Amino acid sequence: MIKRSFFKSRYLPYLLILPQIIVTMTFFYWPAIQGLSQSFFLSDPFGQRSQFVWFYNYIELFTDPLYLKSILTTFAFSLAVAAVSLSLGLFIASMANRALRAKALVRTMLIWPYAVAPAISGIMWLFLLHPSYGVVALGIKEWIGVDWNPVLYGGDAMVMIVMASAWKQISYNFVFFMAGMQAIPKSLIEAAAIDGAGPFKRFWFISFPLLSPTFFFLTVMNIIYSFFETFGIIHTVTQGGPGGSTNILVYKVYQDGFVGLNLGSSAAQSVVLMSLIIVITFLQFRFLEKKVQYGG
Amino acid sequence: MQESGKDSIDLSVHNATKNFGDFVAVDSVSFDVEKGKFFSILGPSGCGKTTLLRMISGFIEPTVGSILIKNQDMAGRPPNQRPVNLIFQNLALFPMMNVAKNIAFGLERQKEKKAVIDKKTEEILERVGLPGFGEKKVDQLSGGQKQRVAIARSLIMKPTVLLLDEPLGALDLKLRDQMKVELKTLQNQVGTTFVYITHDQSEALVMSDHVAVMNNGIFEQVDTPQNLYAKPATPFVAQFVGENNKWEITIDKVSERKALGITKEGFKFSMPLEENLQNDDILQFFLRPESILLQPDPSIRDLNRFFVSVKTILFDGANSRILALLPQSRREIQISLPQNRQFDHIKIGDKIEAGWNPGSAITFPQEKVVA
Repeated sequence: MIKRSFFKSRYLPYLLILPQIIVTMTFFYWPAIQGLSQSFFLSDPFGQRSQFVWFYNYIELFTDPLYLKSILTTFAFSLAVAAVSLSLGLFIASMANRALRAKALVRTMLIWPYAVAPAISGIMWLFLLHPSYGVVALGIKEWIGVDWNPVLYGGDAMVMIVMASAWKQISYNFVFFMAGMQAIPKSLIEAAAIDGAGPFKRFWFISFPLLSPTFFFLTVMNIIYSFFETFGIIHTVTQGGPGGSTNILVYKVYQDGFVGLNLGSSAAQSVVLMSLIIVITFLQFRFLEKKVQYGG
Repeated sequence: MQESGKDSIDLSVHNATKNFGDFVAVDSVSFDVEKGKFFSILGPSGCGKTTLLRMISGFIEPTVGSILIKNQDMAGRPPNQRPVNLIFQNLALFPMMNVAKNIAFGLERQKEKKAVIDKKTEEILERVGLPGFGEKKVDQLSGGQKQRVAIARSLIMKPTVLLLDEPLGALDLKLRDQMKVELKTLQNQVGTTFVYITHDQSEALVMSDHVAVMNNGIFEQVDTPQNLYAKPATPFVAQFVGENNKWEITIDKVSERKALGITKEGFKFSMPLEENLQNDDILQFFLRPESILLQPDPSIRDLNRFFVSVKTILFDGANSRILALLPQSRREIQISLPQNRQFDHIKIGDKIEAGWNPGSAITFPQEKVVA
C-alpha cells in the first residue's frame, strides 16, 4: 500500500477544491442551466420580453430542413476531419518513428500547427485556396484545369474547411501516435521481424493493435474537436456558406443566436449539440472500446 | 575453420567485431558450436554478449568478421532469412493475440495452410507441456507458461540455431531452477542447437555443454562447465565463475622442493611448485571456499594448516559458509560450511583450525596495471 498523506483539518480539502468548483460553476453549470431554460422560451431580439413555450423551439428545429441538413453536414464534416487527421497523423508518426536521428527535431517541428489558433489556420488556408487570390487555387485552375471555386461550390468549400481543420489536428494526433509507438516494446517488433513479417505486416499485426487505445482516445478527441473547436475556421473561411453547405451545428448556433438574434432557438440548438456529443461519446465507449487492446 | 566444411558445425563465428563509434562492444570473437549442443555465453552486463547475439540473429551486422550458419555466410541477410530464431529477454509475446496465434505467427507469414498450422501448433504446445492452451490469452499465463509459449513460438519455425537472450531473468528463483532443468531436457529432445546468453553462472553451468565467459567484448575462456570451474584460464573467470577467495601474494622463497606464498599481512603458506616460479614474483591467488577444510583430520599430510577466528556464519543451506579472519590480519576468507552437522558447534568468535591442499589453489601472474 502506498502511504498517503492526510489532512488533519476537515475543511482544508474543501477549501482546496473550492476554486475549481467556483470556476466550473460559473463558466459551465450556470450558463448550461441558463441555456437549458432559455431553450424553453421565445424572446424578442432586444431581450425585453420572453414567453414560456414548452418544446416549441425543439419542434421547430426538427421540422426545419435547414437544421436537419446542418446535422448531416456536421457528421460528414467531422468524419472527414477525423479520417484525414487520424490517418495522416498515424502515417507521419510511423515514418518519423523510423527516422531515428531527427526524431526529436521532427517531433518539435510537427507539433507547431497545434499552437496556431483555428481562425489563423483558416485565414492561411484561405490565402492558399481562395478562388481569386489563393496561390494554390490559381495553380489548380491553371495547371490541373479543375474549376476550383469554394466561394461558389459547396463541395469545394467543404474540402477547404476539412483541410484547414484536419491540418491543425494532424500534429496533435501525431504526437500521441508517436508516444504510443514508442511505448511498444522494440522486442515485439523484432520478434515479428524474425518470424518473417515485413514492415507493413509488422505495423498491421503488431503496432496497430497495440495503438488501439491511442486510436480510440484520438477518435473521441477528434470528433469533439470537429464539432466545436472548428468554429474559428468556419467563421474565417466560409461563414457557413455557400448556401449553408458548410454550416455545421456549432456555427448555426452562433448564427441563429448572435446574428439572427433568435435566442430561444439558438439555446435549443446548443442543448441538442451537447446531447449529440454525449451520445456519440457514449456510443464510442460502448462499441469501440470493446475492441481496444489495453496493454499486455 | 571456414574451409573445414564439417557438417557437424551449426554455427561458426569468425573474428566477429562490432564497433559503436570508438567503443568496441565485441572484439574479434571466434567460436564454433556443434550441432545439437547447448552453448552459453556468460558475462556481466555490458560485456557485449547481447551485441554478439544480435549479430548472430541479424539485427546488426558485424563491423568485421563473419558469421556462418551451416557453413553459409550470413552477411547481409536480414533476421527472417537466417535459419535462426530468438527468444527475447522479455519474451516479446504479442499481448493482443492468444497463445495459438502467437505460435502460428511465423507460419502464417509463410502463408502455410491453416490445417497445417493448426496441427503444428498443437504438436508444439504438447511438446512444451501446454496441450490445449491455444485459446488462452497471454495475460492468463503464469511466468513459466509464458516462457514455454515463447519457446514454442521459436521452435515451430524449425531454426537451425535457437538464440536465447536471458529468458529466465524475469522468473523467481524456484521457477528459474525448474525451468533450467526443463529447458535442458527440451533441448535434448528437440536436438536444436541452443545459444544461450546469461549473466547467471548457475544457468550457464547447469544447462550448457560449453560455456564461453565473456568480458569487455572478448571471450576469456571457452570450455566445459567443469573445466571453467576447475581450471579457469584467466583471473576474471576465476572470480566470475563460482565463489573464490582472492589474495595478492608474493613468492617468498623458492627452494628445490618448495615455494612459499606470503600475503601483504605476512601470512605464509606453501605453494605448488611450478617451473617458472621466481623469488619475489607477485601472483594473484585464488582459493575456492570448498577447497578449505575445517578441522582437517590430523592424518592428512601436506596441508597448509592455520587457525582462523570465526567472524560471521552465513547460513544458506547447502551453500553455507563462514566468514573468518586469517591469523594476524584483518583479511576475511570464505570457508564452506558443510551441513552434515559435524560443525554445528562452531560459533562466532571461535578459533578453529582450517587447512587446504596447496594443489587446490589457482594462481595467475599479476596483471599489468593499465595506465
